Amino acid sequence: MAEIMNNGFVRWFDRRLPILSWTNHHLIDYPAPRNLNYMWNFGSLAGLALVIQIVTGIVLSMHYTPHADMAFDSVERIMRDVEYGWLMRYAHANGASFFFIVVYLHVFRGLYYGSYKAPREVLWWIGLVILLAMMATAFMGYVLPWGQMSYWAATVITNLLSALPVIGEALVGWVWGGFSVDNPTLVRFYALHFLLPFVIVGLVGLHLWALHHTKSGNPLGIDTTGPQDSIRFHPYYTIKDAFGAGMFLLIFAVFLFYAPNYLGHPDNYIPADPLKTPAHIVPEWYFLPFYAILRAIPSKLGGAIAMALSIGILFLLPWLDTSRVRSATFRPVFRWFFWILVIDIIVLGVVGANPPEGAWIDIGRIATAWYFLHFLILLPLIGWFERPRPLPSSIASAVLDGSGPASARRGER
Amino acid sequence: MKRILSVIGLLAMAMPALAASPAVSPQQFEWSWEGVFGTYDREQVRRGMEVFTSQCHSCHSLNYIRFRDLVAIGLSEEEAVALAADYEVAGPPDEWGDPTVVAARLPDTIPAPYRNDTEARALNNGALPPDLSLMVKARVDGANYIASLLTDPDYNQGEPDADGLYHNPYFAGGSIAMAPPLFEGLIVDAEGNDMTVDELARDITAFLAWTAEPTLEDRKRMGLKVVLFLLVLTGLYYVWKRKIWASVEH
Repeated sequence: MAEIMNNGFVRWFDRRLPILSWTNHHLIDYPAPRNLNYMWNFGSLAGLALVIQIVTGIVLSMHYTPHADMAFDSVERIMRDVEYGWLMRYAHANGASFFFIVVYLHVFRGLYYGSYKAPREVLWWIGLVILLAMMATAFMGYVLPWGQMSYWAATVITNLLSALPVIGEALVGWVWGGFSVDNPTLVRFYALHFLLPFVIVGLVGLHLWALHHTKSGNPLGIDTTGPQDSIRFHPYYTIKDAFGAGMFLLIFAVFLFYAPNYLGHPDNYIPADPLKTPAHIVPEWYFLPFYAILRAIPSKLGGAIAMALSIGILFLLPWLDTSRVRSATFRPVFRWFFWILVIDIIVLGVVGANPPEGAWIDIGRIATAWYFLHFLILLPLIGWFERPRPLPSSIASAVLDGSGPASARRGER
Repeated sequence: MKRILSVIGLLAMAMPALAASPAVSPQQFEWSWEGVFGTYDREQVRRGMEVFTSQCHSCHSLNYIRFRDLVAIGLSEEEAVALAADYEVAGPPDEWGDPTVVAARLPDTIPAPYRNDTEARALNNGALPPDLSLMVKARVDGANYIASLLTDPDYNQGEPDADGLYHNPYFAGGSIAMAPPLFEGLIVDAEGNDMTVDELARDITAFLAWTAEPTLEDRKRMGLKVVLFLLVLTGLYYVWKRKIWASVEH
């Protein structure tokens, strides 16, 4: 960086548009905590997944036909006749799943290390808004191939709006653009599916702005106290992110090239048929926990509200978690409940994948109750009653004298 | 990290498997296109095509396959042109504006046996024979499902019930409108021997696997190159990362 600034033209240009100074400030000399572990890779991986989705999506949009009579055929045409169309389409479909995998890990990282706590509440909120926008985008994208699951998922989910009192029925008709899910619904979902990713890009910009303002958290959850706690972003984290990207692409490629339909549902290779309901309507795997919460409440409106609240309460997390210690490393009780929550969410996912019969109904209700109990009751109580382990005085001292996370965990046992 | 990986593993692996629960799981066959290096057996696929044209095609369409696609399974262009010429498709209007029919050509899709779904139902006791192009991808464990359904001995020797339906444990609901389509001697093989129901079922399944995903071989070939490339690249990144971080306590 320094050498290039010796060039007179570069200096002249940078004084008028400081693009080089800006890059230097945010990507090269940018100070990052020296102790970030691999869980801090998932933010950049989510960015990579977003780029993959936008690039493959734009290519697909050049060949796709948004019409109820032609959408399914046009997707098959992409798979068969468009040069490398199969690659674009499989990459886009599996890319959605991998986007959710890295974003969910990113969110769990935040939950474990208390990334939502002051001063990062707004950063956390923007992340949640990104998650909601991703969910809307993924849902509408899944409708576009106009297969059986596309059609019936759209029918089930849009029908939830009809549970709203007074305006429900009118609202559903307005969303459909007719009296059922049909061509107008498909075309508007296509338009919004194209628009929302760029909204997400904007939100990611805000997310990074807030991140670079408050700076990254770290596994110890303590603030940086001076230059000895930080290292430059480049080359330390650029190379670490590059290695993470390689691992991500490797696992992605294995699915994309050797099991491209594994995460999908066979019914979506059957063209949409409004007269024939599939035996089990299931959403994509990344919606299964929310689908289980929706079905756990024996009332349509109640289920829809619970599903909305399952993400909604995360906005209040900075205040629901009453502990001032950020990192679970120093919170022996919280750490247990964190892993119980992870198991609870996996259980919800399995329940969502199964038909709502027999024991699955009870398991789903218990797991749903636990989910809300965790955030609304347990989290505030743990914060009050838990005695956290002593925090190190600084990142540098923890790293250099070995009182880091590993030894803190050992000390507890 | 290990715990986290097992979480991804559970999410990714457990759910689709749990979501799919057919009445009876299909028998497991061995297929040439399985595995990292799998390819279609061209001769088997062509024999399967013969089964399709001589039997399945009288009721089932194959809407996503064009005559030109058949070159990929080993027909010469002349053979594909000749095969297409056996079929008639709608031509341009004649000088009076009346509809015409012309011989099919290479870019045409294989014509469907019925003009529309209504005719198909009318001639099949109310049941609609589905398009077969994507059948292997449109059913759980599709290839094994089709082969199991076609080879089930009780189905093949069964009589229709009062509604004209045949019992088949692999079909959703257990009753299928299709009479057992395969019988020994439907086709003779290259040596002039009658092919068994088992052989016929494997061949038609191979053909339908190809119609469901003609690009499978391209996919696996490219996958091998991409995965090997990424292994080397990621390995180098790892070494480079270790080198850069070697001087930093972290």
